[in-house]
Amino acid sequence: MEASLSLAAAPVRQKTHWTERIAHVVLAGIALVLLCFLAMPLAAILVKSVQGKDGELVWFAHFIDYARTPSLFSSLWNSIWVSGLVTLITVPLAFIFAYALHRSCMPFKKLLRGITLIPLLAPSLLSAISLIYWFGNQGVLKSLLQALGFDQIYGAVGIVFAECFATFPHALMILVTALTLADARLYEAADALGTSKLRKFFTVTLPGAKYGIISAALVTFTLVITDFGIPKVIGGSFNVLATDVFKLVIGQQDFAKGAVVAILLLCPAVLTFAVDHFVSRKQTAMLTARAVPFRPRPSRGFDALMTGYCVFIAIMMLAMLGMAIFASFATFWPYNLTPSLKHYIYGLIDNEVAEGFVNSLKMAFGTATFGTAMVFLGAYLLAKTKGASWVRTPVRLLAMLPMAVPGLVLGLGYIFFFNAPENPLNGLYHTITLLTLCTIVHFYTTGHLTASTALKSLDDEFEAVGASLKVPWYKTFFRVTLPICSPALVDIARYFFVNAMTTISAVVFLYSPETKVASIAILNMDEAGEISPAAAMAVLIAATCAVGTLLFSALGWWVDRRAQAWRTSSR
Amino acid sequence: MRLPDLFRLGAIASAVAFASLGYAQKTQLTVYTALETDQIKAYEQGFYKAVPDIEIKWVRDSTGVVTAKLLAEKANPQADVIWGVAASSLALLDQQGMLDPYAPANLAAIAPQYRDPKNPPAWWGMDVYGATICYNTVEGKKKNVPKPESWADLLKPAYKGQIVMPNPASSGTGYFDVVAWLQMMGDDNGKGGGWKYMDSLHDNIAQYTHSGSKPCNMAAAGEYVVGITFEYRGHKNKAQGAPIDLVFPKEGLGWDLESFAIHKGTKKLAAAKKLADWASSKDAMALYGKNFAVTAQPGVAEKLANIPADYESRLIKMNFNYAAANRERILAEWNKRYDVKSEKK
Repeated sequence: MEASLSLAAAPVRQKTHWTERIAHVVLAGIALVLLCFLAMPLAAILVKSVQGKDGELVWFAHFIDYARTPSLFSSLWNSIWVSGLVTLITVPLAFIFAYALHRSCMPFKKLLRGITLIPLLAPSLLSAISLIYWFGNQGVLKSLLQALGFDQIYGAVGIVFAECFATFPHALMILVTALTLADARLYEAADALGTSKLRKFFTVTLPGAKYGIISAALVTFTLVITDFGIPKVIGGSFNVLATDVFKLVIGQQDFAKGAVVAILLLCPAVLTFAVDHFVSRKQTAMLTARAVPFRPRPSRGFDALMTGYCVFIAIMMLAMLGMAIFASFATFWPYNLTPSLKHYIYGLIDNEVAEGFVNSLKMAFGTATFGTAMVFLGAYLLAKTKGASWVRTPVRLLAMLPMAVPGLVLGLGYIFFFNAPENPLNGLYHTITLLTLCTIVHFYTTGHLTASTALKSLDDEFEAVGASLKVPWYKTFFRVTLPICSPALVDIARYFFVNAMTTISAVVFLYSPETKVASIAILNMDEAGEISPAAAMAVLIAATCAVGTLLFSALGWWVDRRAQAWRTSSR
Repeated sequence: MRLPDLFRLGAIASAVAFASLGYAQKTQLTVYTALETDQIKAYEQGFYKAVPDIEIKWVRDSTGVVTAKLLAEKANPQADVIWGVAASSLALLDQQGMLDPYAPANLAAIAPQYRDPKNPPAWWGMDVYGATICYNTVEGKKKNVPKPESWADLLKPAYKGQIVMPNPASSGTGYFDVVAWLQMMGDDNGKGGGWKYMDSLHDNIAQYTHSGSKPCNMAAAGEYVVGITFEYRGHKNKAQGAPIDLVFPKEGLGWDLESFAIHKGTKKLAAAKKLADWASSKDAMALYGKNFAVTAQPGVAEKLANIPADYESRLIKMNFNYAAANRERILAEWNKRYDVKSEKK
């Protein structure tokens, strides 16, 4: 509509081809989905936060009331410094790892990369459960912890430790994508000018990966500040905002105040959006149509150093999973360590997690399929098509927003919004469809950032050339963009799949008996203090995700062979 | 890992798969519950044997969560029946006008102190679950922490950082502990002796947990020495070989009732009433009595090992209307005082 109106008003403008209108309609469709399943539920929280018990308007009474609680500032401060510290630890660690993967000739790259994905394969609280077995009051290495000067693992120490594990793969995924895209010509030029290695790193590598580093830092920070699984399991009495929401809503049944904390937690979203907006304007395409893929050269000392580092990280990851596996088979930790299947039987049968697994799989496949399609199409249309600017800014904002929205808050919004009888979408409440949509929205941002980073590195000339040859955008999309971006696409699908298998926070309020997923069952078991069965079920989820990941890797390998031949590098 | 375990797993899995084939035609009742998962199985089987044409869909969570869920869904209720949720929570739902009073078939047999006094009652009790302390004997000896005998004992310096108790905001067990202390020692809007007791206890608490089972499970695993919990979990853990002793503090025990109510507005009222009739029957009471020492219909429960015979007489007189009407204030006060347990070093 608007496109045709502006067409009449400005006849000098280039003609909008009908195929571009298709792009606008699709983009509007994505905007509508994000509006219904992200913006409206969040708005429902805003409304709830200014309403009294009987729906009357009370303005900021809940906010003022909450600001008076002494716990607020300690929780706020705890959340901020813990998230900041985790970001400061995780991003450099992940960066070095990503650097080793792409800029060194270390052996076993695929294997090491695969191992770092382990924390993604299970609900984040698996690392917290493992830490309890390693460093808890009956932990194997408790003396080591005390030698380091920490009294006990419960509290900030445990949270920081566990979050570093849980967020590492997330940061790595973004940084790897950022470092994949290097133009060898820049390094050749630097070599020709006799630039030192260190200087090359700071003037070529870092600036090239700047966008990825900032994204990784923002993602890590918001993941930590909004995660409630880990603080819940290992936080002891160390309060953070995310657990506050949980306690307010679940313990005190105080939805209005929960909505207030939820709004507090939404503040980073504004910041994230502002920063992203600022950075992306400065970002220029790294990989032009004339780029030559970078190929690392062997260097014995450097490669050995990098291998050592990556092996160390990999061993830490394996230790984390290994302990959970060991403990899940122990009959009665710590007094009887004879192996048995007791906890598996108890979990699968008595707790009916077996049914939960079926639901989890349904949700994960739905999320991977529809989520990837939606995310990539959205990112593509934003980056590579023109016109319909009225819908771009909202989509852009909505695509960045989920990163800072704690799943618990999203779930809360879903109750307020979808459980209202007057809502025409009410029928979705408690269905797998809603759980799937919720999960897609919840993990939209990382997928979107991955897709955007991959797309940004593609020169717009591809589209320009396509347009000048009168090829419609969708042909360029399917013939050029999609094949080039297929590794990123497989990454996104895998990311959606494993997150759907392992997510807890967003769906904890949305399941019904038929749609209860396995990860929720694990949380319930941990809450009841049945930590061994919880570990057992988490291990099973990890195994399921590992199989899923292997399938995706096979797909990635196949796609790579077919579509990436133009890149002569040893990807 | 033994081979029979594997066989058993396989056999049970296929049995479950077969059982789920015969779905569909029956009336489905959505039942919200805070019962332990290991109890649900037995009750469900008992009911199916008596009434084969009704099927139960369970929604299980801890007391605070189930109550929160029910309140959140007030505008669009999902539950038909609430079976096995604290009486203090059901009294609160009743005050909100969310329950449909019904006198089940066996109501006459239920002791008057274990049901809503109104006629017909909005809710009625199934069994009593009361305060118990799990004390880990192995770790107690190792750390030189003596076995407590009373609530007052827990204030001694020896217990510093060794006690775990449930958070009353989420756990029904935690809430009746707090209410009992307030009733026994005084509430007085935050100035009474009960609050003073909790102030001192707070100094010795290592963690407040989400559920009432977790403190005993932690004590059983030796993470902490003392877990404030309820008797079922203690009995169960001891039976499984955990090195724990159960302590019933001599001042008296707080308790609550696992209770039954029909949700107002259910579209399956007839089926809900059938379930109510069975759940109040002597057969059902006998099943409750396998897990709990005191059932709402007197004299049905078996004697449980590890639970003293005079258990019922150790329970204090709980005021559920007080517990329901003051829930919001008590939890707000509790949170103000004890929720911030960090950064004291």
